[in-house]
Formats: sequence, C-alpha cells, structure tokens
Amino acid sequence: MSDHSIMTEGGVPEVAPRHYEVTPHPDMEGEILEVAMGPHHPSTHGVFRMDVALEGERVVKLKPVFGYLHRNHEKIAEGASYLSSMPYTDRLDYFCSLTNNWAYALAVEKLAGLSVPERAEYIRIITAELTRLVNHTCLVGFLLMDMGALGTPLMYAFREREKVLDLFESLTGARMMCNYMRFGGCRVDLPPGWLDQARRVVADYPGFLDEFENLLSSNEILLARTQGVGNIGADLAVSSALSGPILRAAGVNYDLRKVDRYGIYDRFDFRVPLGETGDVFDRYMIRILEMRESLKILRQALADIPEGPIIDPKAKIRGFRPKPGESYGRIEAPKGELGFYLISDGSPNPYRYRVRPPSFINLTTLEDTCLGQTIADVVVILGSVDIVLGEVDR
Amino acid sequence: MLGKGIIKGMAETARNFIGSYTDESRLTTVEYPEERLPQHENARQFPFLVYDGEAPMAGLRCVACQICEKECPPKCIYIVKDKAKKPDFVGKAQFQPATFDIDISVCMSCQICVEVCPFDAIKMDTEFELSHHDRFGALLLDKHQLAKSNDYYRRIHPSEAGAIDQRREEEVKKAEEKAKAAAAAAAAKAAAAKEGAGTSGDAGAADAKGTST
Repeated sequence: MSDHSIMTEGGVPEVAPRHYEVTPHPDMEGEILEVAMGPHHPSTHGVFRMDVALEGERVVKLKPVFGYLHRNHEKIAEGASYLSSMPYTDRLDYFCSLTNNWAYALAVEKLAGLSVPERAEYIRIITAELTRLVNHTCLVGFLLMDMGALGTPLMYAFREREKVLDLFESLTGARMMCNYMRFGGCRVDLPPGWLDQARRVVADYPGFLDEFENLLSSNEILLARTQGVGNIGADLAVSSALSGPILRAAGVNYDLRKVDRYGIYDRFDFRVPLGETGDVFDRYMIRILEMRESLKILRQALADIPEGPIIDPKAKIRGFRPKPGESYGRIEAPKGELGFYLISDGSPNPYRYRVRPPSFINLTTLEDTCLGQTIADVVVILGSVDIVLGEVDR
Repeated sequence: MLGKGIIKGMAETARNFIGSYTDESRLTTVEYPEERLPQHENARQFPFLVYDGEAPMAGLRCVACQICEKECPPKCIYIVKDKAKKPDFVGKAQFQPATFDIDISVCMSCQICVEVCPFDAIKMDTEFELSHHDRFGALLLDKHQLAKSNDYYRRIHPSEAGAIDQRREEEVKKAEEKAKAAAAAAAAKAAAAKEGAGTSGDAGAADAKGTST
C-alpha cells in the first residue's frame, strides 16, 4: 500500500468529511447536490472557490473558500523596512495600486508625523480618482461578462481603461504596479504635458459613459438578471461592516471621502450616490454614478492644481524610523474602506502591519445574499460584490 | 416596448463597428511585433548598472555599499564586496563589487533600488523583450551583463540622466577646487616649513593647523 492512501491506523478507510450538513426539504425529490465552483471557474474573479449545496437549481448553502493566493503580505511587511512594503501594496488590489499606495502612505504619515505638500495632495486625488474610474469601468465589464455578455462590454471597458493606464505609465513608469506614492508626498513630479493629456481623457470620459449606458442601462436582459437579485438591506450591510459601493447601494450614506475628509477632499464639490434596494442593479448603477462624480472631482482638481514641491523635505528615503506608536490610515478605495494599521517600535520595520481589505470584508455577506437564489445568479452576485483575490487573500 | 434597450445597445455596437473603418480613434490596437508604440520616458522594467567612460568594469559607479541589497523588497540583488578599491569619478578610492547579481526572474520592477542608491549607480532599463528558454541561469544577470554605459542611460531617460550628469559635473568641479586648495595649502605649508626650519617651529606648526582644517 502506498503512503498516500487515506487509511487510518486501524486499516479502516477514513471517510472524507462532508462539507455540509444540509437536510433536504421534505417535499423535495432527489437529493442535495454539492458543487465546487472554482477555484478555476472563469467567473470567480481569480482563484476563489464557492462550495455550493444545491437543491435543484436553488442554493441552500454556500461556503466561500479562499487563500489560494495567500502571499504572506503582512508578515513579509513586518520583516521589511517601511519603504520596502510600498511595492507590495500595489499587489493587494492590483486594479487600484495607487489607492493602495495612498492608504499605506497615509498610515505611515500619521505614524511619523509627516505633512504632504499641496501639489502632492492634488496629484494623489487625481490619480486616486482615475483609479476609481479604472476600477468601476472594469468591474462593470466583468459583471456583464458574468451575465453572459461575452466580450463587448468588457472590451469597451478595457479600451477606456487603457487610456487611463497610459497616463499612469507616463507618470509612474508602470501601468498597474505603480509604486508611486511616498511617505510625505509622491515619487516624481508630473511629466510635461501630463495634465493636458489627463484633461483630454477626463473630457472624453463622459462620452464613453453615455455610450456604455446606452449599451447597458436599459438593456432588458441586464435588468432581468439584476433587478431584485442579491438584495442586501441596510441593516445587514451595516452589521457586517460592509463598505464602499455595496454599502451605499443599500442606502447607507457613508463615504470616507465625506466622513474623514482625508487629503483635501473637503475642497471639492461632489455628491455621494445612494441606492435604494441594495440589489445587483443598484450596485451597477451606483458605480456608473460614482464615475460621473469622480469626473467632477477630476475636473476641479485638474483646474486647480498648484505648482510647488511634491514631497515633504523631512521625509527620509534611507534610514526611515518613525517613533514608537500606532496609527490607522484609511481611505475610500474604489472597493470600500481600505485601512492600514501599523505599530512602530522605533525600529526600521513595523512591529505590526495589518491590512483591512474591503473586498475581503464585503465577501462576508455572500452566503446571506445567495441563499435561495439560483446558481446562475450566484455568479452575478459575486461579480457585483467586486472582489480582487490579491486583496482577499493577501 | 420590450427589446428597445437591446436595439439601442445594438445600435451602439454597430456605430463602433462602422466607426472602426472611418475613425482613427476607434482603432485602439497596434500589430505588436511589427508596429510598436513609443516607450514612455519614465518606463521601467529591470535595473542595470551605469558605468562612465569606455571600460565597463573600471567605470562602474557602484561602490558595493549594499544598500539596495538590503532595501530590495523581494531580495533579488546579491552583492559581494571586492577587497581592492578603485578611484571613483572624483578620484576618491571606493570599494567595488566583486559580484553583483540580479535575479530578474524574482525582481518586481519596483524601482526601490534606484531610489535608495546614493551614487546614481543603478537605474531602470526599458528593455522588456527578455524571454528566454533557460528558466534560471539566463535570467540571473551578473555585473558584466548588467553594466550599461551612461550614454545608453542618457538615451533612454534623457531628462533624468541630464540632471544627474550636471550634478556630478558640479561635484567634480568642487573636488577639483578642493584638490587645488589642498595642493596650494600643502605648498604653503611646505614653504612655511622651509622658512621656519632655521628659526622658530611654532609659527609653521600653527599655520599648518590652520590650513589643514
């Protein structure tokens, strides 16, 4: 007998433990079917598995299984200098590296007591809002792909995303892994002509959004697949600590850009769109509306950006040791509240480094939302939560 | 009317399809290997070592201080200090690397090494077509493969390299002035020593102390 067999010492074959104890409905004919959706299911947004128990086509139990993309981010960060963790934050939510950078920089700035020059604040807001555009555009594309619109919306989304990524590349040197923000400012100044190019992209974007909405918002198939599917009420959303568009779709007015007013968000005039029912359609619509509000912020920021230094002169690249203490920096990332909690013991490495990832916490209501829905809707609901496994697993 | 939204969507795709024949901006892709987009000046792929002058190993700016090795997030840089020193661009004796390896299969192109380097010795390359059949050996670059001339650096990142060259020129000038001043002081000291050799040694010693600081 080979060493690999699952035999116990007594020679009795060990029965593989069942995942669920689900009692079938008394009227039901047939039996409960367990399906492992993932980890390589094309519509699970990465390596994410849902162990689903089905009664016919209805979901009676759902267990999310993740960790396939675990990279030990937090522990690595505790063994590395503060600056060395910055490129790793790019890889959390790899669609929104600039907002990840910002949240981490914010936490370290609080810890070390650094201030950020005005121009750097503007650059941060411009890049963060561009990131929000990228994220929401792609998310809508992926959501439609989950509903079976193979290609067209996603390709349109990627076409627009490419224009923003081009801006990121000319500014930071990389399209996705930007590694741009530094403690006390930004790494490099805007290259010549960048602002004009950004203004052009921002001016063209509403046209694309109109086109996108023409294509989608009144499409009967999209309405049938999304309205009344996967409702999350305000109570559940608040008690589960959800954040971001998924919380606002439930009608809860909570946006850190308005609540915390971190950076210089208090200078800009924008509104926070809210949903009513918290179904998938609301979540879709909230993202479209948020993009329009982001464009408003971008227009104001691109008009007002001042000249000046881009980094605090006190900020040190080598030998950076914040004094002992703790800090929590949080921002409204495109997916929700992204927070970094740091404890410093005065050494060059953080003593504790903790990430509060929005997509991970937004996933916690997945079972509540999916129970009683059909298996086809589970895919749509997961798509509307907007997860990136790099951030869920860390 | 049921289906109105779908027809509206179809009209949108049709406009995009027909537009791709008439409107340049609708054509968003390029035929990559034959057709290339220009690289951005800030573009970064993998690090390389800058050398001045003609001989790569003699002109290497790296002084093997190992800061980049310590700061590298994925720890893909491996440096061994050479015991022998060589003069740097201002003529000061500095260490040099006996081994300087970068494993670009591990490197994540984050540019931290470039930022922490106090000697402007390591910079980011824009070369990206580096695929290879050999998975390990060919992607582990040693200092001979990594060394690229300052002219090359100036070509790929003109404004950045220009600023660094200017700063280094100023440093050279300052060093020359300092050397000149030191030579003059030494000459004065020698003269003073000769003058005061017969009479009093105190004045010469005091003079030397004044100039040497």
